[in-house]
Amino acid sequence: MKTNLSALRDTRIIQRAIGESFRKLDPRHQIRNPVMFVVFVGSALTTVLTVQAFAGHGEAPAGFILSITLWLWFTILFANFAEAMAEGRGKAQADALRKTRKDVLAKKLKEPKREAEVETVPAPTLRKGDTVLAEAGDLIPADGEVIEGVASVNESAITGESAPVIRESGGDRSAVTGGTKVLSDWLVIRVTVNPGETFLDRMIGLVEGAKRQKTPNEIALSILLASLTIIFLLATATLLPYSLYAVNASGQGQPIGITVLVALLVCLIPTTIGGLLSAIGIAGMDRMIQANVIATSGRAVEAAGDVDVLLLDKTGTITLGNRQAVAFLPADGVDPKALADAAQLASLADETPEGRSVVVLAKTKYSLRERDISKLGATFVPFTAQTRMSGVNLNGRTIRKGSADAVERWVKEQAGSLPSKVRTIVEDVARQGGTPLVVAEGAKVLGVIQLKDIVKGGIKERFAELRRMGIQTVMITGDNALTAAAIAAEAGVDDYLAEATPEAKLKLIRERQAGGRLVAMTGDGTNDAPALAQADVAVAMNSGTQAAKEAGNMVDLDSNPTKLIEIVEIGKQLLMTRGALTTFSISNDVAKYFAIIPAAFVTVYPELGRLNVMHLAAPQSAVLSAVIFNALIIVALIPLALKGVKYRPVGAGELLWNNLLIYGLGGLIAPFVGIKLIDMALVACRLA
Amino acid sequence: MTAMVFILLIVGGSALLSWPLGRYMKWAMDPDETAGPGRQKLDRIFASIAGTLGTEQQGWKRYMVALLIFNIVMFTVSFAFMALQQHLPLNPDEMKAVEGSLIFNTVASFTSNTNLQHYSGEASMSYLTQLCSLMWLQFVSAATGVAALAAMARGLAGRKMMGNFFVDVQRATFLVLLPISFVVATLFLFGGMPMTLQGSAHAATLEGLQQIIARGPVAAFVAIKQLGTNGGGFFGPNCTQPFENPTFWTNAVCMVAIILIPMASVWMFGRIIGRVRHAGVVFAVMLVFLLAKISGAVWFEQAPTQAFASLPIEQATGNLEGKELRFGAATVPLWAVLTTSTSNGSVGAMHDSLNPMTGLMPMIGMWLNATFGGVGVGMINMFIYIILAVFIAGMMVGRTPEYLNRRVEAREIKFAAVTLLAHAFFILVPTAVFAVTPWGAATLNNVGPHGFSEMLYEFSSAAANNGSGFEGLGDNTVPWNIATGIVMLLARFIPIILPLAIAGSLAAKKPTAQSAGTLGVEDVTFAAMLIATILVVGALTFFPAAALGPIVEHLKFMV
Repeated sequence: MKTNLSALRDTRIIQRAIGESFRKLDPRHQIRNPVMFVVFVGSALTTVLTVQAFAGHGEAPAGFILSITLWLWFTILFANFAEAMAEGRGKAQADALRKTRKDVLAKKLKEPKREAEVETVPAPTLRKGDTVLAEAGDLIPADGEVIEGVASVNESAITGESAPVIRESGGDRSAVTGGTKVLSDWLVIRVTVNPGETFLDRMIGLVEGAKRQKTPNEIALSILLASLTIIFLLATATLLPYSLYAVNASGQGQPIGITVLVALLVCLIPTTIGGLLSAIGIAGMDRMIQANVIATSGRAVEAAGDVDVLLLDKTGTITLGNRQAVAFLPADGVDPKALADAAQLASLADETPEGRSVVVLAKTKYSLRERDISKLGATFVPFTAQTRMSGVNLNGRTIRKGSADAVERWVKEQAGSLPSKVRTIVEDVARQGGTPLVVAEGAKVLGVIQLKDIVKGGIKERFAELRRMGIQTVMITGDNALTAAAIAAEAGVDDYLAEATPEAKLKLIRERQAGGRLVAMTGDGTNDAPALAQADVAVAMNSGTQAAKEAGNMVDLDSNPTKLIEIVEIGKQLLMTRGALTTFSISNDVAKYFAIIPAAFVTVYPELGRLNVMHLAAPQSAVLSAVIFNALIIVALIPLALKGVKYRPVGAGELLWNNLLIYGLGGLIAPFVGIKLIDMALVACRLA
Repeated sequence: MTAMVFILLIVGGSALLSWPLGRYMKWAMDPDETAGPGRQKLDRIFASIAGTLGTEQQGWKRYMVALLIFNIVMFTVSFAFMALQQHLPLNPDEMKAVEGSLIFNTVASFTSNTNLQHYSGEASMSYLTQLCSLMWLQFVSAATGVAALAAMARGLAGRKMMGNFFVDVQRATFLVLLPISFVVATLFLFGGMPMTLQGSAHAATLEGLQQIIARGPVAAFVAIKQLGTNGGGFFGPNCTQPFENPTFWTNAVCMVAIILIPMASVWMFGRIIGRVRHAGVVFAVMLVFLLAKISGAVWFEQAPTQAFASLPIEQATGNLEGKELRFGAATVPLWAVLTTSTSNGSVGAMHDSLNPMTGLMPMIGMWLNATFGGVGVGMINMFIYIILAVFIAGMMVGRTPEYLNRRVEAREIKFAAVTLLAHAFFILVPTAVFAVTPWGAATLNNVGPHGFSEMLYEFSSAAANNGSGFEGLGDNTVPWNIATGIVMLLARFIPIILPLAIAGSLAAKKPTAQSAGTLGVEDVTFAAMLIATILVVGALTFFPAAALGPIVEHLKFMV
């Protein structure tokens, strides 16, 4: 079903792109691309020559000039088509987004509180600083920050993810996006942007490529391509005087014709990469969007390929979201089963994933069945920031579990003490990357529950891949250094930052940057904003605060921190595609020389016919075949330009070698085969 | 077989010698703390000679200005010496005034380290002109090249201050060129080269005629001519003249002297940037091109002379036309390639008489101009190809391209592209103009493709600052003198200014860190990339011209 839909979408994009290809023939558009502009001028010139030939004053047979002219125009149209295809995919996406921006009515509040008087106004009249109310069933009228209330919101219009998310005031889940829908409860929202500047507007602008600016590398490449064009212009333009000399000197033949010169020029200048260059850039942005990442600029996408340090949050990226109990380690003289029993009792009412895992471990290890805490007549003592313990009071028994120092304080209050054996266990557990929870009953310490972070499956291999790509991974965690070191070793990251504070993160980024590295990170909280602003590639989670999104240069709509790796790959792929097609384009020239030079000088120096290594049928078919190949190769490479060349996570040396073989050597050989085949086809169709 | 052994001994021996010389040149041009107090004392002397000019540390712009001013002064002084030679001393043979356009051409030629000679030294230049104008320029123009390379390398090593030109040029002259020239000149003396300030010898021949035999301070002149990739001979026929190249041994020393300093320049570059392995890769790439061209030349020169093909002449030894039989046929292609691969331009045979495809090899050398290239400047030219190669290769490994830990961006690409463009322009466009005007056509001694090759060769030689002539061309005319003079000057200084600008621009950037994802410039893959870039970008530009010159001539007569 999905493929049918996308096929349908593709058909529509293709139809639209064909129309666009003709509209882009406007010289004002063409002049922005120097390589294609030269083709444009050449085509115009041969068009005049065609007319002249049909009027009976042609420098060559009219049919020949006409065929060359047509294929030159096709070359431009194909390049336009490539660009239009790349834009089309973005446009289709923008249209879909635009549909979500219906003219909604906003419930504007006179004062920034729930009870204030409501005035119904059209959403576009809202200004920064206004306060609005959004209730279940309402579309949120504008981007803003929740200042009151908690609600579930469907953000599928933006993210494509239909599972509702929670939005609430304060903290890191306070940002809401215009066009999303409140499913339950209500929110009071302070509008943070003016009309036309909303996230949705920005996204539409970005995916449409309306504000697309050339990226630094694209500019540099354009300069190189323009210079190569001028060099080949020199090489072909000087052929006219050279051939005049040759005709004079050999006393036979005709000087080279303008049509053939234009054909040779167009074949030699890098039209393949020149025609596909903007398509590659747009497609790179588009691939980000496919990955549900909105980059605020093409520059950011390019920078992603250069990243060599990734800062990854431990929780959610490297480890599963929560820790799990893996062992009960009793104190001296305590039955392990008694420890398990006490631990289970203390955790029965603890609904945190850690608490659940204690109950499950006691059951699987000591067959202790789960008991109903209310039937036991027990009272649950919840975790507080002051006590930093939780537990249960049951028939005069007081069982507590918590961090070693919290429990130690508690037993000391009751004239007990923390046995040295337990202290050793606590340290051992911490050293192995676990979290020790000490269990005590009254003044007696029973033992330790070992909680452990569960490192995600396959993540170690992923980091090894990154290392081969030359990218360092740094794990960011609030854990202490001992625990962090153990998890870092287990996950195979290169470095870690323990007890991370926003300041420490910022310092780490600055240090790495001072060492010449480019740093990428993800963040969602307001306190991440300084670090995000400092990082070279900063991916803000869509679930994060407005401040985080402002500070970053990309927004991940899925709020998936692992995506950083994908973003780096997309950036690399973008540059690789440019490099590969440049190499291919230039390598092509060798074969074109061998097709055109002997044909161009056949009347002056018939001996040059020996350079016709492809044994092309006739001089005119040789020139025409080269021009046709040059035009068709653009079409043939459009899919590659849009999809990007295949990226494999290996070191630079191997990548270069592979690409050099495929696109360099391939680019050298392909046109020999292609031009020969086209020539054979022309002969078969009696066109030449 | 013996020919191949000889070639390998010359090239291999030079390569081996270049290693310690490169180390010495680093010590001479860019001494660090380990160089010792004696070395520092020398620098203090150089600085005091340059006076206030010698004390400042120059950024790339000021370095450039100093280099240009120095060269303009040298140009003017030499111009004056030559224009006034008939009034000045040391003129035993009473040479007359030299024609204006020829003075311009000659001074441009020697200032630009080209030494294209539209004159015959023994017939028109006084000893004072030869020594104080021409030989002096042979030293300082080569020193300019070494200084420019040292400055560029310092920039690439990340130093924004690139040194002081006035000190560098003295270092290059007094510490590098002068001592080596002294050694080589002494070897030449033992080999029988004349070294005298007496005028021409007058001898009575057996037939009772008077013969005037030109001589002069030849050994000193030839040493720096060979070492400084100058190439301007004391005598018109250059090293084919017995006084300028008397024996097999002087011939061998001459060839080593051609390639030695260009080879050592690469090692000096590597040592200044602190990346000797990278220099090794560049050296290897240059060597591959050099050996390919030598092999090609040797191969094609084994075919007999086409002009004698129908005559009953034994030609088993290959083409012997225009060769000095004292040295044997095999050394000729080697010399022809060495002298054009570097921007030397001295000749050991008449290039006009080479077989057509053999004649293509020197042209390729001059078109690339970087497969060892001129003293100092060869490596600078190669740097332009390296910038292009790292740019394209950098993209192919998925990163913003960088070279020696600094990013290559629009500005660097712009300068590199203009440098390449200028080289192509200076060869192709003037050749086109001369091909269709009497300026060129009326001066040819050969018609057809060979005549075309003569013009193409002349401008290639001027643009590459090579100075060898294809000969067969009546090139001492006002149009040729002016046109090649302008080409030589522009083609000398544009490819020094722009690469220095690139180095300055790179030095100003924040260095990036190296990782497994960074493009390596010290491995075989990079060497392959560099070779491909040079072949495709450098050689493709000239393919049409080559097809209409040597290639068609070969196909017409040799197949």
